Amino acid sequence: MCTCIEKQQKLGLILSEYQNKSGGLIPVLQKAQGLYGYLSEDIMFKVADGLGVKPSVVYGVATFYTQFRFSPVGEHIIRACHGTACHVSGAENITRIMADKLGVEPGKTTADMKFTLDRVACLGCCSLAPVVMVDSDVYGRLDEARVEEILGNY
Amino acid sequence: MYMMEKVRIIVGLGSCGIAAGGKKVYERFKQEIDSRGLDVILEETGCRGMCYHEVLVDVVSPYGRGPYGHVTPEMVKEIVDTHVLDGYVVPEFLVPLEDRMSLYKQQRIVLRNCGEISPESIDEYISNNGYQALEKALKQMSPEEVIDEITRSGLRGRGGAGFPTGVKWGFASKSLGNEKYFICNADEGDPGAFMDRSILESDPHSVIEGMLIGSYAIGANHGYIYVRAEYPLAIQRLKIAIQQAKDRGFIGEHITGSDFGFELEIKEGAGAFVCGEETALISSIEGNRGMPRLRPPFPAICGLYGKPTNINNVETLANIPWIIMEGAKAYASFGTEKSKGTKVFALAGKIRRGGLVEVAMGMSLRDVIFDVGDGIAGGHEFKAVQLGGPSGGCIPASLLDTPVDYESINQTGAIMGSGGMVVMDETICMVDIARFFLNFTQNESCGKCTFCRIGTRRMLEILERIVAGNGDQNDIELLEELAQSIGKTSLCGLGQTAPNPVLTTLKYFRDEYESHIRDRRCLAKACKELISFAIIDEQCKGCGLCIKVCPAEAVTGEKKKLHVIDADKCVRCGQCVAKCKLGAIARVDRY
Repeated sequence: MCTCIEKQQKLGLILSEYQNKSGGLIPVLQKAQGLYGYLSEDIMFKVADGLGVKPSVVYGVATFYTQFRFSPVGEHIIRACHGTACHVSGAENITRIMADKLGVEPGKTTADMKFTLDRVACLGCCSLAPVVMVDSDVYGRLDEARVEEILGNY
Repeated sequence: MYMMEKVRIIVGLGSCGIAAGGKKVYERFKQEIDSRGLDVILEETGCRGMCYHEVLVDVVSPYGRGPYGHVTPEMVKEIVDTHVLDGYVVPEFLVPLEDRMSLYKQQRIVLRNCGEISPESIDEYISNNGYQALEKALKQMSPEEVIDEITRSGLRGRGGAGFPTGVKWGFASKSLGNEKYFICNADEGDPGAFMDRSILESDPHSVIEGMLIGSYAIGANHGYIYVRAEYPLAIQRLKIAIQQAKDRGFIGEHITGSDFGFELEIKEGAGAFVCGEETALISSIEGNRGMPRLRPPFPAICGLYGKPTNINNVETLANIPWIIMEGAKAYASFGTEKSKGTKVFALAGKIRRGGLVEVAMGMSLRDVIFDVGDGIAGGHEFKAVQLGGPSGGCIPASLLDTPVDYESINQTGAIMGSGGMVVMDETICMVDIARFFLNFTQNESCGKCTFCRIGTRRMLEILERIVAGNGDQNDIELLEELAQSIGKTSLCGLGQTAPNPVLTTLKYFRDEYESHIRDRRCLAKACKELISFAIIDEQCKGCGLCIKVCPAEAVTGEKKKLHVIDADKCVRCGQCVAKCKLGAIARVDRY
């Protein structure tokens, strides 16, 4: 329970920091998501309240940007790159194999809440294609065989 | 007394270097140095552009200099033993001479410091003439003179549209108002482009210095750098650089003793491709949904918070200090009549030397790809090069002599774009590439304009059915009609250019569309629904590798006997083809 109260206090601090700043909504949502891992309805209402904007505005902004999530995420986030270079180097297969091994479709989280598998547009490591990022670790020049090895690191 | 210079070991730690295992190599060097108590300097640097040789380590000693490529932690001990202690380079680990020589075919202005200095050291930047251009501008030039210099240099916006930078600054400078903003657009979103990431990771101060000079020229006192959230290392290094610049008095009030003051903040994007469009970017900084609005009024008149605002891209800004130091004439001596200077390209895809290159404008695509980039990887054949990402197009082999300048590239139907150059070989299906880009733009359409929102979806659906072998005779016509309407009726660049990947592939690879529709055949044998896999009897030795790798248990056969693929069970993932060392599995037409 105490972490819950701690988080609420931190959110309160974030909100008061940005209360009178123009353009604060996106940084607040980013920090709130950093705190909770995702944006629940409850959090979005609190943000609206704290910044003095309508909940519909908060929801509208949050749903516009792909960075924001509305359901809990796993312990590790896998970002499978689907940029042009990765696409022509077999990203589709890598993601497929990863999804099969984890037993979840892209965009979803495993039942044990260990991994969330995401497809992303481009990680900008095109010369190492195909690329997968797990949390902040980047794995390049992947082939099917390395998928299992990578998942085993976590 | 002659003082021998200390040996320097420099590890490349841009995103590519780190992805290839650079941190482990760095740590191993640190261990070796510490455990033996060696008196050498261990440093990190950013991207050298030779991504295909990462991890790159440069050892600089009085006996010789070795850029070592593909360095692994296991190679560290030998490099220390032989090069650092005994003074001999380790020839077998060196980057091959011809790859090192390829650097001389480039003209590095923007990338002048990348891979040369530590991105986290303002001292190294300063010792490479850093912040001297700012001092020159503030002390010796009026804002008008700065604008005039940039205008005469012929520099055009490197974000894609190619608008003359000096003219843009002139508009913002003439705009009335005592509060103006200067924004650096670092929302590099084109899949296949990574120049801006590398510049920010390797030489952040050059971008900051460019912003400072530009802000002085237009009279802005507040700036933002809008960076993609997907680039954590770039954000981290920018934060360090901004703090260092503040500590040295390059950011703040009375910069270098002048009356000019400037504050700079980083804004992290939240993931929306359309925010690369300037009015959408402004809306996003203001905390709103990043949707473009009608222009005019242009941001130079009415931008961020309704104030005059100038927006430039990362690469454009990194050029500025060089132009101020060396002069407009020196810059304009590179390039063609209408496209001056250099352009950085991100070479990726099926190319041998994948990485960042900077060449003088006007070099032919052929020279960039086959000379600087060393041609196609893996013994394949060149088929097309994709320029300009989702707004650009695929240029075929017959147009390889096109010079890289804004006008010539536009004539092909592609665009220069931000500099992503994805090279494709004969195994890539052009209809699938068009589908890939439409899928991207369709996802990223903000939804404001009806034709972009719905039209791109219809185009995607048509392309999806073509690659699945369910295309209709009228589909090509329908695609062309939709493409025209979307281009004409969309407000911003995203929608206006979204049909380009389809239009260029239709123009140059129409036969591929036709064979998908008419014969249900994919000429590149890439579209899953239209191919199957078959074992070539004479080649198969019955080794069983394909049986092991098949996720669908579709391959059967006894050891040392001919294997067979069950087409009904096969999911056409292609893993068996990749695994087979004998080339005994072929992709064949399904229909």
